[in-house]
Amino acid sequence: MTSILKNRLFWPAAILVVLLAVNVFTSNQFITIRDGHLFGTLIDILRGSAPLILVALGMTLVIATGGIDLSVGSVMAISGAVACLLISDLGDQNAVGPVLLIIAASIGISVLFGLWNGALVAIVGIQPIIATLILMVAGRGVAQLITDGQIINVQSGPYATIASGFLLAVPVAFLIAVAAVALIVLLTRRTALGLLLESVGGSPTASRLAGIGAKRITVMVYMVAGGFAGLAGLIYSANIKSADSISAGNLIELDAILAVVIGGTALIGGRFSIAGTVLGAILIQTLGVTVVAVGVPAQATLLFKAIVVVALCLSQSPAFREKVFGRLKPRPALRAEVAQ
Amino acid sequence: MTTTDTPPAAGATSAASLNPRRRTFKPNTRHIPVLATLVLLALMYGGGIANYEKFGQPSVFVNLFRDNAVLLVVAVGMTFVIITGGIDLSVGAVISLTTTLTATLLQGGWPPLVVLVLVLLLGSLIGAGQGAVIHFFKVEPFIATLAGLFLARGLALFINQSSIPIRDETWKAISQYRIPLADGVVTKPIALIAIAAVLIAAAVLAWTRFGRNVYAIGGNADSALLMGLPVGRTRIAVYTLSGFCAALGGVLFSINSTSGWALQGSGLELDAIAACVIGGVLLTGGSGYVFGALLGVLVTGLIQTIINFQGDLNPAWTRIIVGVLLFGFIVMQRLVTRRAK
Repeated sequence: MTSILKNRLFWPAAILVVLLAVNVFTSNQFITIRDGHLFGTLIDILRGSAPLILVALGMTLVIATGGIDLSVGSVMAISGAVACLLISDLGDQNAVGPVLLIIAASIGISVLFGLWNGALVAIVGIQPIIATLILMVAGRGVAQLITDGQIINVQSGPYATIASGFLLAVPVAFLIAVAAVALIVLLTRRTALGLLLESVGGSPTASRLAGIGAKRITVMVYMVAGGFAGLAGLIYSANIKSADSISAGNLIELDAILAVVIGGTALIGGRFSIAGTVLGAILIQTLGVTVVAVGVPAQATLLFKAIVVVALCLSQSPAFREKVFGRLKPRPALRAEVAQ
Repeated sequence: MTTTDTPPAAGATSAASLNPRRRTFKPNTRHIPVLATLVLLALMYGGGIANYEKFGQPSVFVNLFRDNAVLLVVAVGMTFVIITGGIDLSVGAVISLTTTLTATLLQGGWPPLVVLVLVLLLGSLIGAGQGAVIHFFKVEPFIATLAGLFLARGLALFINQSSIPIRDETWKAISQYRIPLADGVVTKPIALIAIAAVLIAAAVLAWTRFGRNVYAIGGNADSALLMGLPVGRTRIAVYTLSGFCAALGGVLFSINSTSGWALQGSGLELDAIAACVIGGVLLTGGSGYVFGALLGVLVTGLIQTIINFQGDLNPAWTRIIVGVLLFGFIVMQRLVTRRAK
């Protein structure tokens, strides 16, 4: 029992279960089957959380190496803008082949932006938060230039599928996120890559001396983060069937960092938890849905987020634990842990 | 914009460092970023005058202070935070909370002076809270102020989600008041308030014990502590100051637009950080000047003015050019600090 309580994912998971339970009572349909598809609030949550899961997944890897990527929102805007611009130029927007090609090209461009970030961090040696700030500021301008300040609408069936389609009764967007998570878990936990990432996050110098290509790995994680952000941008723009360079991915970098922190990955780098990040992303999405479901204005979600951030940060801060629970010292340490 | 890459001052130092005895003009390494920004600003201004007919009019330059008063005040507070090696993401949200609260309270018939004091206190309190969390609980500034961002904007949206007009006489009077500077050149009170904030902050940072402590903490917090400097008090004071500046910025915003809106000032924290970096405030802490932040704000303001004068340019170019300048200055800072070590 105590081992479950001591698990760092216990509290996020508990909050998620409570929120989902609230949804069971407040929503008309929590989960049903309609027209052969799964349907209901739970499916909405899973579908809606796909972009955040993707962005947070890339962010986890970047944070594991001791970095941070603020530019993901801008990259989302750029990839959506590129894809919609190219699709709107197509003769037949419903042709599957060209649309797939365009999707691949948009993701490729996003990876290149990631390469730029990675090169600034690893080769020029700029602090990650500043290096990615450049693209965060300039990237949205680039997206606005691509769309010429307009909102480009597309009427492409195949493109819309990646956000609102269903495969085997499950939303395609969620399947994409699951596939991405599976791929990363496989790469980091079944090969030495995860260990290398953690070692670079622990100490880049020591890793380099141990013969690990720290620079190469750093550049790589930013490229992966860029690619996933691009994919998330495509899902976002396919969902609204248009490219909105201003609100696409706005503030998602903060949500993604929050998801990573909720998942128990420390911002200083080193050990990371992909399961925790996915849990954190779904928790944030569920929080947003639940707040609306219980009748609080959507904007008040921010207040709840603030409370969650403060609570989580304080509970993860060793200094806070010592100050608050230090007084319980005479008792066994185990009791103090449980009391939290 | 290629001029940013090769400021004349940087060339002079590299020659001097090769031969330390040569007596050439050798600016202090700490001054190089600020000097580069100053050169850039002069070049941009000169280029503007050369290309556009009415650019040389004094009102164009004077209006820079009027149009960027809010950013200027916020950047001043941000400078202190960044010099201690921290960052404050909450300033834009504090602005939105301040404008919303100001408009709501004034609508409710509260006396203007009470409202003013109240919102400034609230801003300082939010800043102090963040500082306390950062110092006592060792939470990263990035995360702690992110929580502050969510909290302040959430509160603002909770109070009111739509734009609230301000009909208070005092506020309107300040908003419509014009100060004649010269023939045909007028400015608004908010510009003077912003300039006053810059001057006071510059004096505090340069000549007071508090200012020296700020630099010491940014240089190395551990040695500052070992030297017996009040690290905790200074760090909390810095975030309090930033919160106060953000609230003051919000008041200026509400005066300028005679309204309050919970989405006002979103993204302003980035503009402020960018202005500081362009102005040569080192993001790793320990180095920078309030005067540099002023120059950074003027550079970004001037970019906007030039784009307005050009007329046919997409406003999105502002962001891109600011991004390019950020890149140039960050790389230059990197080279300068590497040489200093």
